[in-house]
Amino acid sequence: MKILVCISKAPDTTSKIAFTSGNTSFDENGVQYIVNPYDEWYALVRALELKETLGGNVTIITVGNAVDESIMRKALAIGADDAVRIDAEPKDAYFTAMQIAAFAKNQSFDLVLVGKETINYNGSQVGGMIAEALELPFVSLASKLDVAGDVITLEREIAGGVQVVEVSTPAVISCAKGMAEQRIPNMRGIMAARTRQLTVVPAVEIQELTSYVLYDLPVAKSACKMISPDNMDELVQLLHNEAKVI
Amino acid sequence: MTLVYIHSENGLSKAAKEVVTYAKKLGDGVSVITNGNTAADVLTQLGEYGASSVMVDRSVSIEDHQQLLDLVVFAAEKTGATTIIFSHDLTAKAIAPRLSVRLNAGLVSGATDVPNESNAIRVNVFSGKAFGFVKVNSAKRIISLLPNSIQPEITGSACGVEEINSGAATGRIKLITTKKPEGEIPLPEAELVVSAGRGLKGPENWGMVEDLAKSLGAATACSRPVADIGWRPHHEHVGQTGVAIRPNLYIAAGISGAIQHLAGVNGSKVIVVINTDQEAPFFKAADYGVIGDAFEVLPKLTEAIRKFKAGQN
Ligand SMILES: Cc1cc2nc3c(=O)[nH]c(=O)nc-3n(C[C@H](O)[C@H](O)[C@H](O)COP(=O)(O)OP(=O)(O)OC[C@H]3O[C@@H](n4cnc5c(N)ncnc54)[C@H](O)[C@@H]3O)c2cc1C
Ligand SMILES: Nc1ncnc2c1ncn2[C@@H]1O[C@H](COP(=O)(O)O)[C@@H](O)[C@H]1O
Repeated sequence: MKILVCISKAPDTTSKIAFTSGNTSFDENGVQYIVNPYDEWYALVRALELKETLGGNVTIITVGNAVDESIMRKALAIGADDAVRIDAEPKDAYFTAMQIAAFAKNQSFDLVLVGKETINYNGSQVGGMIAEALELPFVSLASKLDVAGDVITLEREIAGGVQVVEVSTPAVISCAKGMAEQRIPNMRGIMAARTRQLTVVPAVEIQELTSYVLYDLPVAKSACKMISPDNMDELVQLLHNEAKVI
Repeated sequence: MTLVYIHSENGLSKAAKEVVTYAKKLGDGVSVITNGNTAADVLTQLGEYGASSVMVDRSVSIEDHQQLLDLVVFAAEKTGATTIIFSHDLTAKAIAPRLSVRLNAGLVSGATDVPNESNAIRVNVFSGKAFGFVKVNSAKRIISLLPNSIQPEITGSACGVEEINSGAATGRIKLITTKKPEGEIPLPEAELVVSAGRGLKGPENWGMVEDLAKSLGAATACSRPVADIGWRPHHEHVGQTGVAIRPNLYIAAGISGAIQHLAGVNGSKVIVVINTDQEAPFFKAADYGVIGDAFEVLPKLTEAIRKFKAGQN
């Protein structure tokens, strides 16, 4: 089983979200990057479990700059076999997906796994775009993934429920909660990952379809109104008359 | 022309009315493409929200995303649409990215507003902690609208409904079974949500939460540890790694308000927090706060809601 896992970076959840240059770019000052949780906890760990039972190889791929190699080493420490970086700023989901598709095109991966979404841009776009570019089936938001021979069995979230589906390899799958459990890398893995050779591939020429032109922060909530636990009628009246939500 | 794809299973959902209203606000003519079992004399009501025509292909399964994609492509070609709108739900997440590549059309997912003066569209970024404004550089564009972002508006009258057969082929993904919990309000669509966390001490105490939800007609949700220890089903877990919701009202009892939890709920219009600890971080994000024991406050609040509802009838 040859598996490609797409890994992106995301700011650590406790990072302060701020913007610079007239609110046109994210302020990275003091921001710690982690592997996007969906990519790490679900996609990568499930890929490693499949490799452990079925044999094969797990390659991780990131579209990013040299500084992103630290998150790639985290993925190697957890157990990935190879790491590829497409040397480019990931301009938008389309640009990113086309880079990954161009790399994967002639490599005969059985599975391409992405996370459900990146927690910074929350687009849930890259996986479907890779699938379309490679003309492969795309199973979105899978919470379970099993493989027997060339048949993949998945559980996925659909509107109002859960669906069980089957598809043949090769396919692109986006991975959501439930698929696997987080793995903590051990010291040996971390040490070994430090010196591993990463493959760097030049980007292909792609015009991005969208761009972020501005950012803004939500207005802070006005102070919270406190209500006595003995006066729930007052809360109900406020929700009805003031907040107008019931 | 703007093309809108909607689900129309068992009638018109609020989300369907929202996306048609949204499309109407963009200014061009609005065509709707749909599948499903909703009768033509119900579909015609989409005209009231701004549609000038509706096409329905009843041979296309709501559960076959590849077939659905081909249906939308067919309708886009037929209408010559340059903008295509979805509700940002699980179906849109499955098909809009593919459509983007197929049509070379920039995709704005999770739009929360109509385009601004400079034609940029607002979306939530950083799990709801900030907004971004996205511009589409391509000639065609796809927008998926976050549910509950705009109110449906009646501006017109009934429109024509055409039964079509797009000839869309079935996809390569084979459906084995579908499990749909009966009678529950799906969390992402709920306008009112009652949620509880580790402060409730154990699954046996969730009756209070369900009673309050029932009195309001609300959906139930929970914090992540509660789903992880198995007190509640996983689909109720809200937050950064669970479902992101933005109901009109979010009531949180016994939840501390960790940043990862807030990331999934801070888009709620009104937040009520019930917590014994006055220092709980959730109070900073709340509109109304009750410092008190959920075991006492929840039943009292349920009682007050019932009294209020009875008085309204
Ligand atoms: C990468 C990452 C992602 C995460 N994603 C999520 C996510 O998506 N969703 C999520 O929820 N969490 C998430 N978490 C976990 C999060 O950090 C918190 O640990 C979690 O939200 C705490 O859950 P809680 O508030 O139910 O429990 P606790 O933090 O234990 O809080 C319980 C609260 O109940 C109050 N309480 C106790 N008794 C009572 C009583 N009788 N009446 C009223 N109040 C009472 C306490 O004062 C306390 O505030 C994530 C963490 C990480 C590291
Ligand atoms: N720069 C990137 N490099 C590699 N994979 C990425 C990148 N950005 C996004 N992905 C993958 O695509 C998934 C969905 O991302 P998004 O469409 O941005 O929500 C992520 O969970 C990753 O698996």
